[in-house]
Amino acid sequence: MSEAGLKSSRFRKEREKSWRQLERIVKKIESGSTRSISDEEMIALPGLYRSALSSLSVARATSLDQSVVQYLESLSTRAYFILYGTRTSLAKRIGGFFVRDWPNAAQALWKETTASFLIISVFTVISYILVMANMDWFYSLSPGAMSDFRNPTASTETLRDSLFDGSSDDGLSAFSAFLMSHNSKVAIMAFALGFAFCLPTAFFMAFTGCMIGSFVALFADRGLGVEAAGWLSIHGTTEIFAIVLAGAAGFHIGLSLAFPKNKPRLESASAAGRQGAVLMAGVVVMLIVAGLLEGFARQLVKSTSLRFTIGGGMLFLWCLYLYLPRGRFNLRPKS
Amino acid sequence: MSQAPRSTAYKEPALTRSLVTPEGVDLRIQLADMGARFGAFFIDMAIIAIVITTVAIIYGLTFGAAGQIDSEIGSVLLTMLWFFLRSFYFTAFEISRHSATPGKRMLKIRVTSRDGGRLTAPAVFSRNAMRELEFFLPLQFLLFGGLTEASGWLYIAGTIWFCVFLFFPLFNRDNLRAGDIIGGTWVLRAPRPILAKDLSEKVLPDNVEFDFTAQQLKAYGIHELHVLEDVIRNNDLATIVAVADRIRTKIGWEKGANEKSRDFLSAYYSGLRKMLETQMVFGKRRKDKFDV
Repeated sequence: MSEAGLKSSRFRKEREKSWRQLERIVKKIESGSTRSISDEEMIALPGLYRSALSSLSVARATSLDQSVVQYLESLSTRAYFILYGTRTSLAKRIGGFFVRDWPNAAQALWKETTASFLIISVFTVISYILVMANMDWFYSLSPGAMSDFRNPTASTETLRDSLFDGSSDDGLSAFSAFLMSHNSKVAIMAFALGFAFCLPTAFFMAFTGCMIGSFVALFADRGLGVEAAGWLSIHGTTEIFAIVLAGAAGFHIGLSLAFPKNKPRLESASAAGRQGAVLMAGVVVMLIVAGLLEGFARQLVKSTSLRFTIGGGMLFLWCLYLYLPRGRFNLRPKS
Repeated sequence: MSQAPRSTAYKEPALTRSLVTPEGVDLRIQLADMGARFGAFFIDMAIIAIVITTVAIIYGLTFGAAGQIDSEIGSVLLTMLWFFLRSFYFTAFEISRHSATPGKRMLKIRVTSRDGGRLTAPAVFSRNAMRELEFFLPLQFLLFGGLTEASGWLYIAGTIWFCVFLFFPLFNRDNLRAGDIIGGTWVLRAPRPILAKDLSEKVLPDNVEFDFTAQQLKAYGIHELHVLEDVIRNNDLATIVAVADRIRTKIGWEKGANEKSRDFLSAYYSGLRKMLETQMVFGKRRKDKFDV
């Protein structure tokens, strides 16, 4: 008794054409050839999607053909992600990031930013005082890091040279590229480590503060404090600000995991992660600017006052850009 | 008909999750298994390694041949390349339309947002920023850390760190790695099954009669029907003959002279499916042969 058509086969035959049509459109969109899609197809897409969903419901209730059900499930899911996962163009998103998202994230995380700034400052001051009191502290507070030859045994002459004259011979661009990738790595780590309930991030901030404080103290001990500060500030204001922000993003994640308030912990962590990530994308931009300043501007600008002007100017611009209130209109409603 | 039937007899693997569309239909998405995810990551790392090696070789060949190899430009090139690839390779591909890196696409999996909404750039960024912590840092540590410090304890600590993150996805229900938790994402299977022929449509030869009694059709349920469907679709002769013999014995069917096992199975499949589907219309889903 070869059946002349089960009900479910007749159903399939009647709907199959619209499934195939949806599949063709979905395939085109997925392969990125959006241009080859006609207006009619674009208009038909939502209707076809809904009819596929309805077919899926019917098939689940009436058909025992696995192939049909699996096909419709996957087709509906693909169409769902196209219709509900649509995003604006890349250019628009980049624009939105600079105009709105980045400053908003920075403003929303002002508490964490303050905390991370305070940790760095306090440890800078402490390590400065310690090193000024006893040079031996330098070795414990700034192990290895940036102090290749800049350590208490170096002569004042060498130290002075390193501030004004150095590096032009050892490859500006290689140095700059290295710093950029190194600093971004450090910042990403400060962010990611927030995962472990803030502690490693706090340690990271403290460590950065120690390095700055002991570095300046080393030079201040030889009467070169102002010059060293100038040498640092030309790129340092941007770079340290970026690290402060990365720390803030890390704290934000750690706090949301430790104290999720009235949301489930996972949800709270991912909300914080998204907000922190926006800030981190900005941090990477800042670090690229800092790398350029460090690799090029610092070697080309030799006057301490000019270095301070550039460094201070950059800091002023960053603060203006990130924290200037822009009224209510650009605060996106929470989704 | 925009209602999702809750009771189903489809394959229900442990990795199925529900995703209800605004239209009210449950799409029953499936999480990617760990093998696919490790595999995809492995492929991606291999691609990165190949790109870097190729660039290094091309650079060496073009400039080395001219005898003007410049170690500075070379090191800038490779430093930047490695930095950009490791920081942005995953992010860039996952932000793109496919929501998947080449490795993931090869293994038919994709990243999506856990709440079913759209996958935003910040979510992708944070999920991949965690990779730095989960993979690259311990890798660097294990490769180079031990050499300079030569401290056994540090080395053990590094290994533990590595293992915690490596096995993290195995210890939660949704196979989330740390980056997925922070990014609010998960990784789904994205298969693209083709719509296969309807087996009940198969034309049978005229010289044999398949008339099953209601009693004979009652021997099996939906689960067995699906197994039978797989057997017919796989079309492996030995299996078909074996399964046909089992069914004949079970329902007490005399094998005819010109009866082929394949035709017998097709006919039985159609008959069984018709009966079960009719029962379904009346609200009875017979899950398997034990379900009376």
